[in-house]
Amino acid sequence: MARPLMLLALAVALVGCAPADNTATTAGPAPSTACTKEQLKLITPGKLTIGTDKPAFEPWFKDDDPSNGQGFESAVAFAVAGELGFDRTEVQWSTVKFDSAFAPGEKQFDFDVNQVSITPDRAKAVDFSNGYYTVKQAIVAIDGSKYAGAKSLAELKDAKIGVQVGTTSLDAVKKIIQPTADPNVYNEQIDAVNGLKNKQVDALVVDLPTAFYVTAAQVEKSKIVGQFSSTGGTPEEFGLVMQKGSALKPCVDKAVDALKSKGELAKIEQQWLGSAAGAPELK
Amino acid sequence: MNESAQATSGEWVKSERQLERERVRRSRARRSASIATGSTIVFLVLVVWVVTNSPGWPRVRETFFDPGEFAKALPDVLSGFLLNIKIFLIAEPLILILGLLVALARGIRTPAFFPIRALATVYTDIFRGVPTILVVYLIGFGLPALRLQGIPSDLATLGIIALTLSYGGYVAEVFRSGIESIHPSQFAAARSLGLSHGKTMRFVVLPQATRRVVPPLLNDFVSLQKDTALVATIGPLDALRQAQIHAASTFNYTPYLVAALLFILLTIPMARFTDHLAARTRRRRGA
Repeated sequence: MARPLMLLALAVALVGCAPADNTATTAGPAPSTACTKEQLKLITPGKLTIGTDKPAFEPWFKDDDPSNGQGFESAVAFAVAGELGFDRTEVQWSTVKFDSAFAPGEKQFDFDVNQVSITPDRAKAVDFSNGYYTVKQAIVAIDGSKYAGAKSLAELKDAKIGVQVGTTSLDAVKKIIQPTADPNVYNEQIDAVNGLKNKQVDALVVDLPTAFYVTAAQVEKSKIVGQFSSTGGTPEEFGLVMQKGSALKPCVDKAVDALKSKGELAKIEQQWLGSAAGAPELK
Repeated sequence: MNESAQATSGEWVKSERQLERERVRRSRARRSASIATGSTIVFLVLVVWVVTNSPGWPRVRETFFDPGEFAKALPDVLSGFLLNIKIFLIAEPLILILGLLVALARGIRTPAFFPIRALATVYTDIFRGVPTILVVYLIGFGLPALRLQGIPSDLATLGIIALTLSYGGYVAEVFRSGIESIHPSQFAAARSLGLSHGKTMRFVVLPQATRRVVPPLLNDFVSLQKDTALVATIGPLDALRQAQIHAASTFNYTPYLVAALLFILLTIPMARFTDHLAARTRRRRGA
């Protein structure tokens, strides 16, 4: 009789793939009050592993290389690492697609830095550090095109808009602009930029620093139509992403707050995002 | 009904032996059905037990099986799914036409028409060799960049063009193998009756070939239904994209499950229909 044997084999195979219980994944770790390097729970002992997406775009990163310390987020990440007591050689970067940054299970990073806006919904799935940058949304259009001279958000209602998937820009488009035509939603920022170049969309909605980069370096003869706030009351902030229940959170928060109070964050912002001001506010 | 086989009473009755035969068959069918049911239940219970007892299960349950998220994402994903269906319904007939034309072009034996044959061969080689997602990308971003008059800027249309080109290659090969599976004697007989090459193809070879390739064709269409999701990469809001948007705003994967379920609901009837046709063909052949 082969059948009982087969069943038995199946059962064995099934039970065989049951994973060993991994205590590291259980929530509710004992928060260690000390934030010294030796006491932090890291995925690679002695190294701080920071995740970000690839390609990594300016002005957040430079030359698609997060490890060079150039670009706003790279600089912030190294500053946070410094606060935690890691020097530059003890920081390693791992490529983490946006979608997998919030996947359940073992994370490939201690924290992830990828222009992730803090929202209450998202905070149910991951832990965010305190915000390190307050962001505004901006509209980019080709100079002289139909919507380049828009003076209010209402004027953009009939525009075909391009955004990158998974961004709060998309929420902003849906909630604030509420265009009549569905927006085109692209995988990568560069795809959205190409959509604008190919005239497949009339305007892009991106965060303000990205908008400055798009107009300065990516699309000739493009201009920032204006900026607007996507959230009514509270300002939108980027936060560092950590595993839900991460033991690092209090320490990373402390580091971010210290950088803030020292004026270090403002300095980094001035250095890399200095031009990100002065776009007209659209209502 | 053969008259000599009927009893003189005029009423035909099954013999004892036949009745016995049917009893045995029924009891066997019952027995195998109950064994199948039992083993399925045991198997499912095992699977469920292993999954729900895994250490990561609570976390997986809330990220993949969140009823609230499911309900929230469903309307948007469903509206995106209508676009998938639209793309599929438009692409399918175009693919059939393109595939058939290419297959016929490859069958032309006249020397003067060699360029057409070569072109058809090159086409199938290229579009069967390039991953569909790349074709979608290249068409979706490449064609509009040409800025030619008359190039559609609508993303769904570009997606349909890309899928048609990609799948046209597969379907052309399916048709060609169907044509080549028809015995040469059929062709020879038709020609000897005085039919031209075109008429032979139209009245003798293609009807038989088409019937033979229906199952593999349907198989390709099931595959096409799924691949409509690849069009999402160039920007229109289809089911996958809508699911991705919901997932990104809540950091919860349940919307992907919604999209997966919709695709299954679309493809399963097609798959069963394919099975049914294959079974019918087997029956007709007396297997």
